[in-house]
Amino acid sequence: MGNLIFKFFNLQIRDMKLTLKIWRQDNATTKGKMVDYPIDGIEGDMSFLEMLDVLNEELVVKGEEPVEFDHDCREGICGSCSLQINGEPHGPDRLVTTCQLHMRSFNDGDTITIEPFRANAFPVVKDLIIDRSSFDRIQQAGGYVSVNTSGNTIDANATPVNKEDADDSFNAATCIGCGACVAACKNASAMLFTSAKVSQYALLPQGKIEATERVQAMVRQMDEEGFGNCSNTGACELECPKGISLENIARMNREYMSATTEG
Amino acid sequence: MGGIIKSSVARKFAMALSGLFLVFFLLQHFTINITSVISPDMFNELSHFMGTNFLVQAILQPVLIFGVVFHFIMGLTLEIQNRNARDIGYQNYNGSANSSWMSRNMIYSGIVILAFLGLHFYDFWFPELVHKYVEANPEDPTRYYEETIAKFENPVRVGLYVISFIFLMLHLLHGFASSFQSVGFNNKYSKALQGFTKAFAIIIPLGFIFIAVFHYINHL
Repeated sequence: MGNLIFKFFNLQIRDMKLTLKIWRQDNATTKGKMVDYPIDGIEGDMSFLEMLDVLNEELVVKGEEPVEFDHDCREGICGSCSLQINGEPHGPDRLVTTCQLHMRSFNDGDTITIEPFRANAFPVVKDLIIDRSSFDRIQQAGGYVSVNTSGNTIDANATPVNKEDADDSFNAATCIGCGACVAACKNASAMLFTSAKVSQYALLPQGKIEATERVQAMVRQMDEEGFGNCSNTGACELECPKGISLENIARMNREYMSATTEG
Repeated sequence: MGGIIKSSVARKFAMALSGLFLVFFLLQHFTINITSVISPDMFNELSHFMGTNFLVQAILQPVLIFGVVFHFIMGLTLEIQNRNARDIGYQNYNGSANSSWMSRNMIYSGIVILAFLGLHFYDFWFPELVHKYVEANPEDPTRYYEETIAKFENPVRVGLYVISFIFLMLHLLHGFASSFQSVGFNNKYSKALQGFTKAFAIIIPLGFIFIAVFHYINHL
């Protein structure tokens, strides 16, 4: 109730006491476990990662090993932060990454579980850090357009693009490859990521030349990485911090089946 | 079967097509069954046609059986592959925050429907095979209505049918709309289509429940 009043009047919530249940794992080969960390003095305007910084400072002072977690830009565009918070990727808020999640989304006295994104294709490196190079390999398999750079490159602006296609392509390209789609999916499927990368090129004239090979190569690589199959639960779309739409998966399915029948 | 259709996209495409085929069959089955409530003569006539027509018996029935077996084996194969994609699960997984119960539990609703099909075959299909091919009885276009309603005199059977159709409803609530997404149909008409699929998923199983309960109450 107290928190609701604070939120209603947009007041800063100060001195929250929380219990963190955090996945600790020494390295990729050891077994991990959940460890409890009580923490207090947390302010509502802190970001989730700043709260973890506070915890780590305390752990270092105590001579304990700090909790390892991925982060880089801390403004929601790099896709580095990747935490499963209270059972959801990037926590309970929508259209935000973990670094954009603020502690005012939680209540004083809460217990918060923090785990790494789980998928066999995202092996844990240490604590909350995972290896997402499987996404890089999917991208390398076909997520590009071949452009002649020998001096006669055609200016992109010289090629007319339908406004609707340009917007859809741009929206698909806002995928930051954080892996929340895989983390949220009960099947650990990477269809939303792969379809966004397929779509951003498939919609543009520059990307149509390699469209057939691209979709086949990227889907093949996605399958080889060991991701699960899509069963259209829609969890990926809802948890995606960039709001990548399921329309991209439908587009990839169309592109793939048409590429396969073309041979 | 996962080995035959190699890519994940092709597998979901095949799963969707077999599902759409079964939905079409369900509508046809319901259309005939509902006549048992309206007109016993019409029900007898249609049942006799379905039971004796060469095209239905020699082509459509084997295709239907293949469709059911394919849908089940493919569903099971996909479920195993999906479970193998995440060996270490979450300590805390809040699936209900981002997806419906139906979409996350298609395998369980599917298994209940498969068990129901076993009961349904035991009740109708196997006795029909015995009647036609083992006992080699002469054709009797008037027997179907009485044979059917006799099955619904047992309250346990009616109860099992009702439960099964509730699971069919749950299965269709996700599966029917999902199959259009799988075949790549997601556009400005999708919202209207989703409304239609949801209505279908509720109305058809409720209709089957109505038929079973109607015949049970009618015999009391």
